Amino acid sequence: MTQLALVIDLNVCVGCHACVTSCKQWNTSGPAGPLFDDNPFTKDPTGTFFNRVQTFEVGEFPNTETLHFPKSCLHCEDAPCVPVCPTGASHKRSEDGIVLVDYDKCIGCKYCSWACPYGMREFDEHQKVMKKCTLCVDRIYDESLPESERKPACVLACPTSARLFGDVHDSDSEVSVAIRERGGYQLMPEWGTKPANHYLPRRKTNMSIHEDELVRVDNPLKKEDIRHETSKNVSLDDWLM
Amino acid sequence: MSETAQVLAEGRTEVKNTTCYMCACRCGIRVHLRDGEVRYIQGNPDHPLNKGVICAKGSSGIMKQYSPARLTKPLKRKEGALRGDAQFEEISWEEAFSTLEERLSNIRATDPKKFALFTGRDQMQALTGLFAKNFGTPNYAAHGGFCSVNMAAGMIYTIGGSFWEFGGPDLERAKLFVMIGTAEDHHSNPLKIELSKFKRNGGRFISINPVRTGYSAIADEWIPIKPGTDGALLLAITHEIIKTGLYDRDFLLQYSNSAELVNLDENSSEYGMFVRAEVPEEEGCFDPQNKLWWDRNSNKAVVCRTKGADPRLLGEFQLEDGTPVKPGFQLLKERVDQYTPEWAANITGIPAETIKRLAHEMGITARDEKIELPIAWTDVWDNEHQSVTGNPVAFHAMRGLAAHSNGFQTIRALSILMSILGTIDRPGGFRHKAPFPRPIPPCPKTPTGPEDVKPNTPLGGMPLGWPADPDDLFVDDKGEPVRIDKGFSWEHPLSVHGMMHNAITNAWRQDPYPIDTLLIFMANMAWNSTMNTDEVRNMLNDKDENGEYKIPFLVVADAFQSEMVAYADLVLPDTTYLERHDVMSMLDRPISEYDGPVDSVRIPVVPPKGECKPFQEVLIELGSRLKLPAFTREDGSRKFRDYPDFVTNFETAPGSGIGFLAGWRGKSGEKGMKGEANPDQWKMYEKNNCVYHYELPKSYQYMRNWNQGYLQWAQEHSLTRYDEPINIHIYSEVLQKFRLAAQGKSQGKQPPEHLRKRVETYFDPLPFYFEPLEGQLSDKHKYPLNAVTQRPMAMYHSWDSQNAWLRQIHTYNFLYVHPQTAKSAGIEDEGWMWVESMHGKVRCLCRYSEAVEPGTVWTWNAVGKASGAWNLDGSANESKQGFLLNHVISEELPANEAGEHISNSDPVTGQAGWYDVRVRIYPAGPDEEKVTFPQYDTMPAVPGTPKRRPWQNYFAGLFTRKGEF
Repeated sequence: MTQLALVIDLNVCVGCHACVTSCKQWNTSGPAGPLFDDNPFTKDPTGTFFNRVQTFEVGEFPNTETLHFPKSCLHCEDAPCVPVCPTGASHKRSEDGIVLVDYDKCIGCKYCSWACPYGMREFDEHQKVMKKCTLCVDRIYDESLPESERKPACVLACPTSARLFGDVHDSDSEVSVAIRERGGYQLMPEWGTKPANHYLPRRKTNMSIHEDELVRVDNPLKKEDIRHETSKNVSLDDWLM
Repeated sequence: MSETAQVLAEGRTEVKNTTCYMCACRCGIRVHLRDGEVRYIQGNPDHPLNKGVICAKGSSGIMKQYSPARLTKPLKRKEGALRGDAQFEEISWEEAFSTLEERLSNIRATDPKKFALFTGRDQMQALTGLFAKNFGTPNYAAHGGFCSVNMAAGMIYTIGGSFWEFGGPDLERAKLFVMIGTAEDHHSNPLKIELSKFKRNGGRFISINPVRTGYSAIADEWIPIKPGTDGALLLAITHEIIKTGLYDRDFLLQYSNSAELVNLDENSSEYGMFVRAEVPEEEGCFDPQNKLWWDRNSNKAVVCRTKGADPRLLGEFQLEDGTPVKPGFQLLKERVDQYTPEWAANITGIPAETIKRLAHEMGITARDEKIELPIAWTDVWDNEHQSVTGNPVAFHAMRGLAAHSNGFQTIRALSILMSILGTIDRPGGFRHKAPFPRPIPPCPKTPTGPEDVKPNTPLGGMPLGWPADPDDLFVDDKGEPVRIDKGFSWEHPLSVHGMMHNAITNAWRQDPYPIDTLLIFMANMAWNSTMNTDEVRNMLNDKDENGEYKIPFLVVADAFQSEMVAYADLVLPDTTYLERHDVMSMLDRPISEYDGPVDSVRIPVVPPKGECKPFQEVLIELGSRLKLPAFTREDGSRKFRDYPDFVTNFETAPGSGIGFLAGWRGKSGEKGMKGEANPDQWKMYEKNNCVYHYELPKSYQYMRNWNQGYLQWAQEHSLTRYDEPINIHIYSEVLQKFRLAAQGKSQGKQPPEHLRKRVETYFDPLPFYFEPLEGQLSDKHKYPLNAVTQRPMAMYHSWDSQNAWLRQIHTYNFLYVHPQTAKSAGIEDEGWMWVESMHGKVRCLCRYSEAVEPGTVWTWNAVGKASGAWNLDGSANESKQGFLLNHVISEELPANEAGEHISNSDPVTGQAGWYDVRVRIYPAGPDEEKVTFPQYDTMPAVPGTPKRRPWQNYFAGLFTRKGEF
């Protein structure tokens, strides 16, 4: 069974928010839209975003890490938002594992957002329905798009290619290989939701220097050491017979 | 069927290519339209710059297009209303043009320098500069002077190229990448693309920055540093590299002036200059190859590059006539002897062991990880090379280094470090982008005296240029400035991008003279683009004893209702980038790649809103009405129909074949770079993703300062005047010439007495460290902290963060303070506090951060807005909780020995010293109002701005038609 998902590489994510607004612009004018903006030009603007980036500081100066953490619906394999939905609006597709909300069935009761341990649902205060990431289901199967563009908008936009997209059940897929080989992990697996999205951790490249690398026969300073004037000081050479 | 479903099913869709302008990156975009409204802005996968990616700003272009801050009508200030009140009435374009025509033609016929044109964008300089030159005013500049001119000047005067548009780190092949200071704004998407590949390929990334944000977040190592001390660090690294012999000797011998002998006879007028062999000096702006080396084989001086000679880099020698001489590299070594890692540790806050390790990592990686590419090339001295080699250590820096008054010498130090590591235009190091490398310094020069400014006559020189010696300065016979910003004068001789940050203050003070009309394009000089914002706003509104404004006529061209618009007498509504033709020209700031020249265009994808008119069209129209030579036929009639027609047909000189666009020239588009005008050139750009990319042969892609094939190609295609080698200036004779003048040892122009010491001090031919000028003049017990700014990635280099989506990401800003620093001042996390400098104070919100060096406080710049500006409601967080640090930063230094009103800038280049300010912090009182200070009266929405929606559902095809559904 296919399970589509995003794998997000925290090793290269710089927190630029390209995924946030590219998602917004694609989806607000698509079948999942419009995405509401409240108070867009006054105090406390707020709106519907399927994807957000949180930034954390970890550790104490000077050993501080600044971590950017993009978050969207994780398309859990055992999605707690689905069974709590009284109308069947919140559902998980069997063909590709995408979790979707059918706005026509949604009554805005918010049970799903209470059930989601990741806080990844967005209630549209205007339409009074629950909205969330669709993995751009309107792009990924659209045969009018070139194959290379049949990807979620956030994946196409990401300047650091930090977002990989594919089938995590296909062990040969790019995402499965990345998870396997680069320490991919799930968010809070202890809750048993089996999130389909994974994250790849930070990795450090260090350089070790051996002392002998600082002492070399071809050190260019040696080229400059040859004296070009005869010493005027008296030397042993003047004394020893 | 719902309305949205119906539009989805039946809407008419189109896709058009153009070029983004949400920041200065200029990525290729595909704009998807539905029923004429923007549905989706996609990164163009076939564009060489962004290769399909797009950033947060680019993706929010829709909100710019439909922003309620859009100006849509020409406006004039209401009779009786004060500047700053933003009380306007609509006028016709004809009235706007005839007002300007009358005023400007009078100025031009009497004293053209009374018209000043300053533009917030560098990337339209080919046209704006042409207009100013043809008008005949010297008072023109773009924003480089307050952005990163130190980076441009420091590097171009050393290696003949610089970062960003003109060069950058080769991360595809580098093994070690060092980013120093905030640098992310510039070339952001390409750098993100490359940085990610670099890290995935196992490269090591070190970030040196007082703050860990931006790309520093993903660095393998973050090294916090005190602001303004980068020069000390770079010189100490250089010290360690020379001491341990980790420099690339062969590279320095062949490609720099390191081995050339400097005259050290203190009684000579040639003191500190290179000794010339008796070879006649050639005219021109390049280094003649007539200097001397000390040959180790014959143990005597020989003409440099004598076959078989092996020059010495170190030592002291005497010429046959007794003149004492030393190679430039010996002087560098002597200079950095004092700059030990231990010395730098105290200044920078970086442990000496870390500085040594940095030097070793750089030196060993450069030496032991050599790259060799199987590319044969020939150097300018006819030596054939079977391969291109490189040392894979790359750097990037921009404003973090540049925006200090010691930035020029710091960046000289960086360029020299990059050079001694042997990394210039080689794989894995720094790579040039066309039209660079250029001679050191490049050829264009400004006029040199007031006689070059004449009524009804074009300016006798370029409005901006590259002084090579004191005689190139633009000063009168007393050595006083001719320009209103005092650029190219003895106060800031190498101010190669002008000094926009002093234009308003000087014009207000009428120093050196009063002006009449100030035209500001796309620059928010009443807010975030000026230093000393509060006072500058007063100056814009200040009147003389007769009740006349001290700056009599103020014209603002902008697409948005910025803070600056409130002060205008005349407002010219510009278009957005989606509504106009534009060029990223080789004559200006192209988007070249390492492998060759690239230029690109914008082509309108939607019609202009209301009566918006592209600023380029305004200049073409004005140029025609004023009968400026470049825009007029001999019979006085209009030469160009409009801007696209101008771009197609303009040539730099009759028959030169060089125009604004390099692609598809020649009658039928068969020629590249150079050729006759092609009437279908725009169409050919349109068909080709709006971009022209000339890929150089591989053998021309490296070592371009000395690559015979490349230099001849560049000369043939008129990128450069000469095909002479461009040797690296480890030792800067250009700087020494200014120093000799200051010492009274040379014949030409001399500085005024009060500036002699300043010029002598800062025009040091070798890099040196000094504390930034403001720090030298500050009470550091009272003001113990440094304060700096950065911009958040969603707003890098952008000028419209009022954007409905982006403002949800950054609605207001905090002052970030290390917890210990804050606690010892009694300030709580998220509490109200004051930040105060000797110039002013601001009340703001504090946030504790472990990602900042404890002696530094910082904030995101330009998130804070004045109330009502950008058509935000008066209650918007940007004005109530957001703040601008500019209020505590001055455009002038406290009175000092150089003068009473000396710019707060680098004494060499006039780069604004944004990051030099010293501050103290203390908590706000419990009874104080919980809003930021200062506050201003709410700016009303000006006539013609669209309605501000209380909420919105953006859906392309329905938004402007219905809005609510």
